[in-house]
Amino acid sequence: MNASTDLKDSLTAPPSAALSMPVQNGAEIVLRVLQEQQVEVIFGYPGGAVLPIYDALFKQNAIRHVLVRHEQAAVHAAEGYARSTGRVGVVLVTSGPGATNAVTGLLDALMDSVPLVCLTGQVPTHMIGNDAFQEADTTGITRPVTKHNYLVKRPGDLARTLHEAFYVARSGRPGPVVVDLPKDIMVGPSSYTPASEAPHRSYRPVREPAREAVQAAVAAMRRARRPLFYTGGGVINSGSAASEALGRLVRLTGFPCTSTLMGLGAYPTTDPQFLGMLGMHGTYEANLATHGCDVLINLGARFDDRVTGRLDSFSPHSTKIHVDIDASSINKIVRVDIPVVGDAGRAIAMMIEAWEWSDVPVDRDTLAAWWRQIDGWRAIDSLAYKQDPSPSAVIKPQHAIRRLHALARETGRDTFVTTEVGQHQMWAATHFQYDRPNRWMTSGGLGTMGYGLPAAVGVQVAHPDALVIDIAGEASTLMNIQELGTIAQYRLPVKLFILNNRYMGMVRQWQELLHGSRYSESYSASLPDFVKLADAFQATGMRATSLGELDDVIRRMLAHDGPVVADICVDETENCYPMIPSGAAHNEMILGPEQSDRAARITDEGLMLI
Amino acid sequence: MQEDPQISAVIAVLVENESGVLARVIGLFSGRGYNIESLTVAPVEDGGNKSRINIVTSGTPMVIEQIKALLYRLVPVHRVSDLTQIGPHVAREMALIKVVGTGEPRTEALRLAEAFRARAVDSTTGSFVFELTGASEKIETFIDLMRPLGLVEVSRTGIAAIARGPKTI
Repeated sequence: MNASTDLKDSLTAPPSAALSMPVQNGAEIVLRVLQEQQVEVIFGYPGGAVLPIYDALFKQNAIRHVLVRHEQAAVHAAEGYARSTGRVGVVLVTSGPGATNAVTGLLDALMDSVPLVCLTGQVPTHMIGNDAFQEADTTGITRPVTKHNYLVKRPGDLARTLHEAFYVARSGRPGPVVVDLPKDIMVGPSSYTPASEAPHRSYRPVREPAREAVQAAVAAMRRARRPLFYTGGGVINSGSAASEALGRLVRLTGFPCTSTLMGLGAYPTTDPQFLGMLGMHGTYEANLATHGCDVLINLGARFDDRVTGRLDSFSPHSTKIHVDIDASSINKIVRVDIPVVGDAGRAIAMMIEAWEWSDVPVDRDTLAAWWRQIDGWRAIDSLAYKQDPSPSAVIKPQHAIRRLHALARETGRDTFVTTEVGQHQMWAATHFQYDRPNRWMTSGGLGTMGYGLPAAVGVQVAHPDALVIDIAGEASTLMNIQELGTIAQYRLPVKLFILNNRYMGMVRQWQELLHGSRYSESYSASLPDFVKLADAFQATGMRATSLGELDDVIRRMLAHDGPVVADICVDETENCYPMIPSGAAHNEMILGPEQSDRAARITDEGLMLI
Repeated sequence: MQEDPQISAVIAVLVENESGVLARVIGLFSGRGYNIESLTVAPVEDGGNKSRINIVTSGTPMVIEQIKALLYRLVPVHRVSDLTQIGPHVAREMALIKVVGTGEPRTEALRLAEAFRARAVDSTTGSFVFELTGASEKIETFIDLMRPLGLVEVSRTGIAAIARGPKTI
């Protein structure tokens, strides 16, 4: 090790720290910072470069460690933990492959604004750049996939850097932060410094919205004839008070409300003022309301391409208000009229206040007419599907989710849902109901297959008594199926609810609609027997192959006090409708198979979009 | 996206002088497909703890706004200032220009250098290295004039820029 440098640095450390405490090594300092940051659990996987930290973990009891089976899963588990609690999730992985395996999870967290601190091991400082065993340029590789990252080169910087990492991860627009920790810094003596109360030298996120901006927004809202709230994950990230305030604002104004995938649960999805999710697989009423509104109030969403569809005809007649804590989200994709930079929860609270004080008259009659139009769209029932009621019938995936929701609700338990990515994810978003924030964990921006099972691990660790269900597809879940091992080790009663259609369903759907039904490599051949797989991982496996078996399997799954893998064999050909084909506008939706020829009319330009 | 005209912008960024900060700035441009026409960086303040980056870039007004917001979002960035927008500014760069030749072209090169107030910082019987400071257009004009007179190599610093008047970044 690089003992000489370490000694020099420890001599230059503040004398008070050196006197008051026995000399601690870097690894012990890491754990001390985590304790001060009130970390209760770390998701990680050991390796050579982080052995000193694992040794320090072994010698203490304040912080739990959950051993995952793959570093990507450690990050998703920390995401599940963070999103279901509102706290910072913590990951610990080794150098080289440990760090590179974490990259997908880090980008997932960046795109969905999830606060994480990921500690990566690194080879000793004097070996950096030598192509040492398990060396990777971790700060270089993770720079574009993190909010910020650090390489700690001097023991004196360790504690301060770690405290700063937590601050950066959770403040402003939350995101993942990597701290790369060379092994010599972990082994050598280090000094502790408490978290600084002083503001950061350069990073000062704006939390408080400008009053004039909020007043301009509220003035536009009061004059609106066809208003619409479009809410996103920013409301959930702001904390539960923001979701409560959103409920008050929506009821106070009487406006309709739609939500992005990330924002589900901020406003109760069962409420009559909720129009369902908008976007590519959103409801007819949500998308037509977005298209037809005259004032669009974006609260903590970012005009993602899955939401806007064709940009030049996105909500063409509306005055657009955009509340975002990230100034770079404003005017990034859609030009807005009234930008409000700041925390969504604060902005909503200020909107309520301004609304109540405002003397601009509200035209209740035109609002009522707007609602009548929306109710007309709603009557089309765009989420409808045809389930043959006979007990031997093939199960429709939408029906399986509706039954899962109904029977889960009967248990009265606090229920958390994670998903993988694909058709099942869209069905879980639209056919399950979310009445509270932080109960819905899905990979939105990055669309990471294999997210749901490890995320469920993190959620269940955070909420040991809650009902945690991963609504999965058979293809996605195989990408991180090894986490059944973690679930077994910690006896986590996670329910893996697989909608098994033997296809990468969303790929198959696009191939059917856009590529002449040429199902290139999208069939899930040689699937494992999921019931036997459950058995191999000490979980309980069950299977439903026809409608008659569905309720019984769900009931047994919910009643079982332990991990369950439920293999729900569903209709292999079912497609996810409604759908806005790529390159189309919100008023050009495909409502069901009878209109699927609309997709064939898609332009080459549309085909190039993802 | 709207078919807006491309504009050029000179952006000054005051950053914490820490390792990787330049890579963050450059990565922001390359990762999102923005242009960098010129970039200079050097420590300027706070005993070398803060560096100033001057960037010349181009894009639609919406893209320029994006670039500024994204720069400001970086954790080690203290201040971002769009010099093209806040008022008049001075932008200068320095170039070292090597010209090889003898006889009449050599004399002509020297004469032109004098007219441009370029200094010969290195001379041999067969070559000159001229140092020239000024606006980028002036440097380009000089380079164009040297081309037929034996121009063989150019090294330019990229621009350093600052607002006119008492205003600071």
